[in-house]
Amino acid sequence: MAESIPSDATPAHDDHHHEEPSFASKYIFSTDHKMIAMQYMFTGMAMALIGGFMAYVFRMQLAFPGIDVPGYGLVTPANYNSLVTNHGTIMIFWVAMPVLIAAFGNFLIPLMCGCDDMVFPRINRLSYQIFLLSAIVLLGSFFVQGGGFGGAWTAYPPLSAKAEYSLTPLGSSIWLIAVALEFVAFLLGGINFVTTAMNARAPGMKLYDIPMVVWMIVIASILFMVSVGPLIAGAIMLLFDQVLGTAFYDPDRGGDPILWQHLFWFFGHPEVYVVLLPAVGITAEIITVFSRKKLFAYKTVLHTAIGTGVLSFTVWAHHQFIAGIDPRMAHVFTLTTLLISIPIAEMMFVYIATLYGGSIRLTTPMLWALAFIGEFLIGGVTGIFLGASGSDIYLHDTYFVLAHFHYTFYPIAIIGTMAGVTFWFPKMFGRHMNENLGKIHFWGSIIPFNFIFIPLFVLGLGGQHRRVFDYTNFPDLSLPWMQEFRVIATVALLVMLGFQILFLYNFFQSIFKGRKAERNPWNSNTLEWTTESPPPHGNWPELPTVYRGPYEYSVPGRDKDYWPQNEPV
Amino acid sequence: MRPVATTRSTAGLPTGLLAVWWVVASEIVIFGGLLSSYIMYRLSHDAWAGQAANTNTWIGAFNTLVLLTSSLFAVLGHQAAEKGDGKKAARFLYYTIGGAATFVTVKALEWNMEISHGFTITASTFWSFYYTAAGIHALHVIAGAIIMAIVARDAAKGLELHRVELIGIYWHFVDIVWIFLFPLLYIAK
Repeated sequence: MAESIPSDATPAHDDHHHEEPSFASKYIFSTDHKMIAMQYMFTGMAMALIGGFMAYVFRMQLAFPGIDVPGYGLVTPANYNSLVTNHGTIMIFWVAMPVLIAAFGNFLIPLMCGCDDMVFPRINRLSYQIFLLSAIVLLGSFFVQGGGFGGAWTAYPPLSAKAEYSLTPLGSSIWLIAVALEFVAFLLGGINFVTTAMNARAPGMKLYDIPMVVWMIVIASILFMVSVGPLIAGAIMLLFDQVLGTAFYDPDRGGDPILWQHLFWFFGHPEVYVVLLPAVGITAEIITVFSRKKLFAYKTVLHTAIGTGVLSFTVWAHHQFIAGIDPRMAHVFTLTTLLISIPIAEMMFVYIATLYGGSIRLTTPMLWALAFIGEFLIGGVTGIFLGASGSDIYLHDTYFVLAHFHYTFYPIAIIGTMAGVTFWFPKMFGRHMNENLGKIHFWGSIIPFNFIFIPLFVLGLGGQHRRVFDYTNFPDLSLPWMQEFRVIATVALLVMLGFQILFLYNFFQSIFKGRKAERNPWNSNTLEWTTESPPPHGNWPELPTVYRGPYEYSVPGRDKDYWPQNEPV
Repeated sequence: MRPVATTRSTAGLPTGLLAVWWVVASEIVIFGGLLSSYIMYRLSHDAWAGQAANTNTWIGAFNTLVLLTSSLFAVLGHQAAEKGDGKKAARFLYYTIGGAATFVTVKALEWNMEISHGFTITASTFWSFYYTAAGIHALHVIAGAIIMAIVARDAAKGLELHRVELIGIYWHFVDIVWIFLFPLLYIAK
């Protein structure tokens, strides 16, 4: 990255610049929000490769049972459990959260709010260090006796609580500790995000002048903060059950395993919106810039997002329709679950309304943003079947759930991230990514993605249960067409993973060799585009003042079709 | 050197104050989850009343008194800091730390006694909750006391006096958690 900083930078920032910092203080112990954002992003990318490799291994086992998987070897049932568990855990807690919230939050909040750093730079650094530690602890669990935790990412007791069931006496405790450390990292980060956006905005930036993505990351951080507590308490109890032999979740000794499900999903469902909202925010920025239009109904979107956040605390038991909860309660949770689809659908309509009549430019980030709308809609609509307690009794724990889940999380964690990375890449590294390679990578990811999960929807409706190592043991689930569908999904996954190599090539090649980017290559309004690319330490020689909202595109009577937030009237 | 961001106050409140309230908010839900789990279990297990009878109400009451008094010192320390008297503020904070030390010592003796009577963390789910909830609370007491020592050391030199209020807020929160724990674990029998 150092190479991308032009040596003939404006003289104005020289007076901020005293001495060339050492490598360690610049890249490892930096308190600069932009460097911490990069640390989160690169760690998240590395973890995504590991999580993707796990998906490759277990999909190979499912398509070709008993195969010697190239690069891994024979998959035992215990390996399989450990791989699916950690694939889920890694992709949610060590990929989606660090990249969508921590990396974009760190990079964008100070830049978009017009300040020089986070309000607590050292807490910010600590947050990343704890996060890195948590990742190392998690990966370490694979090398202890018994291997990594294999009780599924939801860690339901008694499977997760008793070593004689999970067969991973150390792995399950290390998993819990890693997740707990990760939560601490995000609590520290979240407090920084919320406080910075609340208190350190540029003069003139009123609440409704804040770009949507900042709002979304702030709402997501608050949701995380107020939902994760019960799970932390629950995780301590689970750890005690594992290590000390208490019986919080042991029905034989007066405990109740359903308690864990309540504590887990009380966090787990808001967590969906914790990662969804930043992706929705990223999409808002991109769609307005590349359709050259004001965001349709800014305030409505904002209030809807807050409403969604509140509502997301009332839906958790829809994960437990077959866990023996009172059918009357199931009706209540069906109702709230179906209600929550309305605000999300509204946001999607708002984006479509923003596109209407705009002068649309199909750049790579715009393609990703449009794909987010289309693919997430499929995830949202299939959720209706699962939210209705009647149909969920049939669909529960089948691949229908799995496919639905991936149709929500893939758009969030991969499409949303790709949209954001390709959009802010010029600002992050001062260079452009290659558009043609970017578009090839886009199509090479989106098309195989649908070929992975549409067959899995069909298999799920056909009764294929989750968490089965080898379907050949079940004659009803190993009909020829079912096995063919499994092969289609696995081949599509291989194709999709192959195209990610193209992305990595484009990404790293462009960091060093890409076309130089100017300050504002997309003609965007928000503040981050008013400084150099990449921004210097302290972001601006003189911090900006804000005069208007972030989406004043194509305002009649102006010669330019954009109107930066910091431009005096 | 602090960034400009830290000194801004768009929302009209000091940044540290905002952050401490967010810390408290995230802590409330941790204890909220734990205590509501306890209450749900307690309501469906009448037998727990008998087990709770083995906790010592007087020791619990004494510790309640100790914590409440330490909170009073935290308030007096804040008052002194408002007037700019760092030395006095530090002295009150040291009294508060004394309260914390007393609380933890009494707790250790109490647990020692209970464990020697066979009431260990695995004796029953009531005792599991008892040790888990009070243990997490005691960790908060210890953490708060350590931070308070750092704040007091600076305050004695007249530095960072605004932090006296911030640690006080946290301390009141720790106190309030105990106000919930005391009746749940010691009185409701």
